[in-house]
Amino acid sequence: MPTKRLLSFALMALGAGAASWARPATPSPQSQQQSEVILSISGEPGARPRYAVPDFIARAGDAEAQAAAALMGAVLWDDLAFEREFYMVPRDTYKTIPAARSFADIPFDRWRELGVDGLVSGSVERTGPASFRVEVRLFDVRSRRSVMAKEYTGATSNPRLYAHTASDDIHFQQRALRGAARSKLTFSSDRDGERVANAIAERDVKEIYIADYDGANQKRVTVTRKLNLFPRWAPDARAIAYTSYRSDFPDVYISLIYQGTLENPTSGRGQNWLPAWSPDGTRLCFTSTRDGNAELYLMNRDGSNVVRLTNNPAIDTSPTWSPGGTQIAFTSDRSGSPQIYIIDADGLNLNKITSESWCDRPTWSPAPFNEIAYASKTGPGYDIRIYDLATQERRQLTSGQGSNESPAYAPNGRHVAFMSTRTGRKQIFIMGRDGLGLKQVTTVGNNYMPDWSK
Amino acid sequence: MRIRTASVAVLTGLVVASLALGACAPKKPPVARPLPPPPPTTPDLPPPPPPPAPVAEKPVITAPPVAEDPMASRSIDDLNRDSPMRIVYYDYDSADLSAEARAALDANAATLKKYSAWTVTVEGHCDERGTAEYNLALGERRAAAAQAYLVALGIPASRIKTVSYGKEFPFDPGHDEAAWAKNRRAHFVITGK
Repeated sequence: MPTKRLLSFALMALGAGAASWARPATPSPQSQQQSEVILSISGEPGARPRYAVPDFIARAGDAEAQAAAALMGAVLWDDLAFEREFYMVPRDTYKTIPAARSFADIPFDRWRELGVDGLVSGSVERTGPASFRVEVRLFDVRSRRSVMAKEYTGATSNPRLYAHTASDDIHFQQRALRGAARSKLTFSSDRDGERVANAIAERDVKEIYIADYDGANQKRVTVTRKLNLFPRWAPDARAIAYTSYRSDFPDVYISLIYQGTLENPTSGRGQNWLPAWSPDGTRLCFTSTRDGNAELYLMNRDGSNVVRLTNNPAIDTSPTWSPGGTQIAFTSDRSGSPQIYIIDADGLNLNKITSESWCDRPTWSPAPFNEIAYASKTGPGYDIRIYDLATQERRQLTSGQGSNESPAYAPNGRHVAFMSTRTGRKQIFIMGRDGLGLKQVTTVGNNYMPDWSK
Repeated sequence: MRIRTASVAVLTGLVVASLALGACAPKKPPVARPLPPPPPTTPDLPPPPPPPAPVAEKPVITAPPVAEDPMASRSIDDLNRDSPMRIVYYDYDSADLSAEARAALDANAATLKKYSAWTVTVEGHCDERGTAEYNLALGERRAAAAQAYLVALGIPASRIKTVSYGKEFPFDPGHDEAAWAKNRRAHFVITGK
């Protein structure tokens, strides 16, 4: 097989309008020629395959392309390391291997000496003043065969997105895994240091931010100079629902971040908090005091068809939907302290699933996992725990380093984002659902209440 | 202005004198001579007074407020800065009203009865130990407990709005029981008078 057919698809308007960079690029229909033989790279028996990702290849003399090529190699290495499907050979061990100038002169013998099973090689070619064509190939180092080849075209402005897309393609092709490299985080932050005079005191404001899953490209979404809390990504990752005090009373708002428009589906009936999207994005579950105390309600995305879900003098709040949209987990103190409950979306079959000191912010995992992450008071602070709905067993991810709260699952369910005070201020961290691979995502100001795009 | 008026008067006098002289002199061919400008119509009026010099403005001394009510003259901002409304404090994860809390609310009810036009917003707040999500509801429960107590004392519910800020606005930024005790509170903000 001389060269694999290139599957090409365009990364639409990369960075040109923020509009499209969050959308998963859609593969163009495959051409009608031959059916592809998928080759999976394996490592030594019993060991993960060892992968290497050197800097991508760029033509000498084009400084921007060369910088982008180096960045793409580094980001792709990080993306592949994040899912822990491959053993990633550290990049600082590549120094002795001469850099290839094209796919034709890759020194496979040298990579094999380094114990590399799979080599990801890429090239960056300028196709216009602000556009690149990026080709990424995955080679089986033993056979020197290219087992995957992809071509991406797009803007020069966000080289990281080429690497993220290649990472998701490699994970899908080699592991049938939905990678998280193009997913995004949203959270609330006081980093701007803005304070607003109130009748009583000067108070910090909090605004909604978004970022790539790895913390890059942090951008502010709201500009209200008020409190904006608990953002949640719509399933299509094009809108964020959150609690805003922009009218000085808490209400549910939806920012369509690529259109720059704002919706207010609850329109000020009572105090309304903590919107949670149904998995199909058509409905929201939220907390409201409209009938006297904090209860859960359901409504259509446009605010119509409001249905009361709970009816109890205790607090019912902090909802999360099951992946199928048939159940809702939430926090209630009807037993005397805040604990996690599950109720059917039609209000039947209430079940209590925790009996701990103080539990809050349940977050239901996506399939194939069937578990609920939550914050549990374990001492002066909280730790992230996970309740497995099938086995009814629970495990703890964090271990008392500061307080750890507000967990949110990655779209593939393999990682959890949460707020932690372990480094002093409140920051967003991510870690694997096994409690390994801790990574700090934010560093500026205080950042809390994360959510991960679906 | 004054100089010009004077010179016009002198000029007028000269012209009159020369005309008289001419009458007595031997006849000469008439010579066209320029007529003097007409005298100003009111040459003898004193110059207009200079514009009034700005007088340092004296502070407006309002009449001392009617002695029985110093609150009436204060702005809402001033009232809130040094508020006559007392803060109500709560126990951990509780919206129950202690004896001190009820005493503070009794005093607030009396103030609201005395100033029957005042409207207030009761802000419910929590200490940092609870989770942010649950604390929004707990703060609302505290504010609602304060509101219900005032309503029971005869203050119309329409004069009392409630809002919860959860643990987002601690009054004391500390991390000990003294700070937490100050942060578990219902804060009264006067919003209309």
